[in-house]
Amino acid sequence: MSGTTRAKIRKIVTFVEEIHSEMGRGVVPPTRRAAAVAVIENPFAGKYVQDLSELMDIGEELGEMLTERAVACLGIPATAVESYGKAAAVGEDGELEHAAAILHPKLGAPVRRVLGKGAALIPSAKKRGGMGVPLDIPLGHKDAAFVRSHFDAMEVRVPDAPRAREIVVAIAVTDSGRPLARVGGLTKDQIKGEDGLR
Amino acid sequence: MHEVKVRKMVTVVEYVYHEGGPVAEKPLRRGAALAVIHNPFAGRYFPEIAGFMDDLKPLGLAMAQSLVAALGGAVSDIEGYGKGAIVGAAGELEHGALWHAPGGYGMREVLGGAKAIVASTKKVGGPGTRLDVPITHINASYVRSHFDAMEVGIGDSPRADEILLALVMTTGPRIHNRAGGLAASDIQGKDGLR
Repeated sequence: MSGTTRAKIRKIVTFVEEIHSEMGRGVVPPTRRAAAVAVIENPFAGKYVQDLSELMDIGEELGEMLTERAVACLGIPATAVESYGKAAAVGEDGELEHAAAILHPKLGAPVRRVLGKGAALIPSAKKRGGMGVPLDIPLGHKDAAFVRSHFDAMEVRVPDAPRAREIVVAIAVTDSGRPLARVGGLTKDQIKGEDGLR
Repeated sequence: MHEVKVRKMVTVVEYVYHEGGPVAEKPLRRGAALAVIHNPFAGRYFPEIAGFMDDLKPLGLAMAQSLVAALGGAVSDIEGYGKGAIVGAAGELEHGALWHAPGGYGMREVLGGAKAIVASTKKVGGPGTRLDVPITHINASYVRSHFDAMEVGIGDSPRADEILLALVMTTGPRIHNRAGGLAASDIQGKDGLR
């Protein structure tokens, strides 16, 4: 993998969660979330580097790869994905800006290309931490950020990452909103899908 | 006879390309199938619990099948396995022991003829508790290259009246294994040990 990709990947981990019931009440069909997570070398660990474009390019590459893997875990057409989110955890010898360079400039375009659409901002979270640090990947509807039933999050962690000179990068997708959502707000059948908000 | 009530299923697959050494041509895959179920014995002591093992058999089989699928679908790729359970606070360790038979049965049924005892572990714990599930070779417990473990856990599980059940499989030895011992190529395959 490291030989064929720009990112030096040590490990990829995928997660699928299916929620079948809450408080004894059935969730039919089960709500499903999937995440694909890459553990990569941080090329800028241990030093201040002004130009972070290498990490931006890595973000572009991971945007496509991780989205494809996460969608494959759900076994649905990419166009059936309802919500998405992204997150990164930088090891202790890196800076938060390294996560920003991966997540923000170039990662989103390939995510939207894989999914066919994605008018809404991709919600994101980032942090610095040691091995096993949990990432709470925020989730929002991919075409209308205000769809309240799809405000959610998915926790992932990789026990042996990030090492000090690594970065953990995660993309999550779902085929649904929260299980048994009932706090009102904009619903998915009311989406206009023009401005990414409603 | 107790109904097996599943609240949540989680599948985790790791693809390990390297750990600081040469990059593997085919990554090691390590996967876990997890199920969070209601503990029918939570809250007090029940002298008779063994019947629940039979109730769990279909779930064990379904989890083993979905785990093989998550690891690529080829039974012949599976070389290591293990199992475990985390019992929520209102249960006892013995409830976790109910997973030994149905968890092992499910994996053997799917893998066909696996000879080695399935390595296992269990504990009582709260939501987010982590479990290091031990892994050994499916046909010979002494194969040193395949001694491994996979850490699993779910942020919101197990609640007090739940049990988190785990099955784990791998597709090969540790990524940079070089600690000697019995090699997979030297398995005699008679007693499940060597």
